[in-house]
Amino acid sequence: MVMLNVILALIPGIVIYIIYFGWGVLVNIVLASIFALLSESLLLAIRQRPVFTTLLDGSALLTGILLALALPPHTAWWVVAVGIMFAIIIAKQLYGGLGLNPFNPAMTGYVVLLISFPLEMTRWNPPLELAQQSLSLLEAFRYSLSGQLPASMDFDMISLATPLDIARERVDMGMTISAIKTEYSIFSNLSGKGTEWINIAFLAGGIWLLFRRLIDWRIPASLLLAILIASAVFWFINPEYYLSPVFHLFAGATMLGAFFIATDPVTASTTPAGRLIFGAGCGLLIYVIRTWGGYPDGVAFSVLLMNLSAPLIDHFSQPRITGYLNPKNQQQDKS
Amino acid sequence: MNNPEPRNTDYSKIIDDGLWSNNPALAQILGLCPLLAVSGTVINALALGMATMMVLMASNLTVSVLRLYIPNEIRIPVFVLIIAGFVTIVEHLMHAYLYNLYTVLGIFVPLIVTNCAIIGRAEGFASKHSPLPSIIDGISMGLGFTGVLVTLGVIREILAQGTLFADASIMLGEWATTITLLENYNGFLLAALPPGAFIGLGLLLALKNLIDHNMRKRQRSRIAVETIDGNAEAMISRPD
Repeated sequence: MVMLNVILALIPGIVIYIIYFGWGVLVNIVLASIFALLSESLLLAIRQRPVFTTLLDGSALLTGILLALALPPHTAWWVVAVGIMFAIIIAKQLYGGLGLNPFNPAMTGYVVLLISFPLEMTRWNPPLELAQQSLSLLEAFRYSLSGQLPASMDFDMISLATPLDIARERVDMGMTISAIKTEYSIFSNLSGKGTEWINIAFLAGGIWLLFRRLIDWRIPASLLLAILIASAVFWFINPEYYLSPVFHLFAGATMLGAFFIATDPVTASTTPAGRLIFGAGCGLLIYVIRTWGGYPDGVAFSVLLMNLSAPLIDHFSQPRITGYLNPKNQQQDKS
Repeated sequence: MNNPEPRNTDYSKIIDDGLWSNNPALAQILGLCPLLAVSGTVINALALGMATMMVLMASNLTVSVLRLYIPNEIRIPVFVLIIAGFVTIVEHLMHAYLYNLYTVLGIFVPLIVTNCAIIGRAEGFASKHSPLPSIIDGISMGLGFTGVLVTLGVIREILAQGTLFADASIMLGEWATTITLLENYNGFLLAALPPGAFIGLGLLLALKNLIDHNMRKRQRSRIAVETIDGNAEAMISRPD
């Protein structure tokens, strides 16, 4: 039931996402969920595991939804399919299924897509209030399945770089942050138009999960704190060259990553101290990749890199066992 | 060296070892560097596989012929020297006659020297067997290695470019043409990158283990059936 509650907590964010960025988001989610359930059933059947009861744990559905939320709206169906199949079949089931996968399946699928299809994966559409035209639900479905836009439109009319992309590119070209913010209307009070509200909605969903004690507070708290500290340091050094801490906290996939992706109980660290380190590592890497990297956002790579380090972190952060002074003394006792 | 040659050499076992049971890539997991780096296209894979096989054959033969004269203490440097000599010959031959291929494969031709599969065969087989089995071992190990390399090359080239035998002309001459399997194919870039090679090799390993597992299971059930039949026959043929 944990997974289903997590999906429930995602709903406010998804609704705001659809309101600001159009029906493409919903199309992605529907397609991704279908592909996720199909590939999970197929692999469970091949592995001779119970299909229906396993599907009910909701993990495949959650993987599908998380991957769909990471994709640009209006992604072609085959891109979604390749990503989901890689996530479920290779990153999850081939490692032994839920509980045994070392890497977050949704993020693995996303990174495979980002590396393999850079063109399709960077075609973001602007928030609806800035778009000259937008697609209806049916048109969005048709575009995803057949690649056909309504006759009066071409893709350039409904595509725009994301705030993070614009900021990085223009700063590299020598513009100051304040000049960028006045020139491009996609920027808003906190971060980007729409993006800020999506992040607030995911934050609300995440806090609800915290209150229900379905996720541990340590990972999101240390992740957000790490982003805050890292971005604050550089922002104080030069506010015209580095984006503000507030912008980083409410831009891109920060809140989605902090509360819903990095907290995956299977692939994150499991010890209390380890979770603090895990979250802080994710946050630092997100800031580094966003600021000096070349990708739309840094959440997926950061989470995967920290997944890779999670066993090591766990090894060095074992808690004190009740009745013993500390692990070192315990070893001496044995010898 | 001091261990004597077994009387009856089982050639079919040598060939089976090289091609399947003890395949350098799939069972010994040796020579991964060229296996992963050069399997991007079929032609690259085939060329490097053939070059490796030639070196392997020649080095196996030489080591086997000289095995009684090589002092045990310095055998490894001697093996490396022999292998390096043949790699140099192959490199110069490619440089002279297949210049375009030579430039495409680049550093990986001289790097054949460091292929553990070759020194592994020199140490593990050729230095303990007479020349004929050693040559056969060299050929079958080389073919086994080339086979895996080409299989990986086929998978990666189809996924990444939608073609087969791209640039075949640089190895085979002007008559060879590229086969385009998928028109207007976007390209699955991951397959062309190193992770694609690792994932592809992992899947091939899994496939080999699956086939082995199924074969063992079938063999076991056949033996069981034969034993039951044999017992039944024995009971029938015995009157009391």
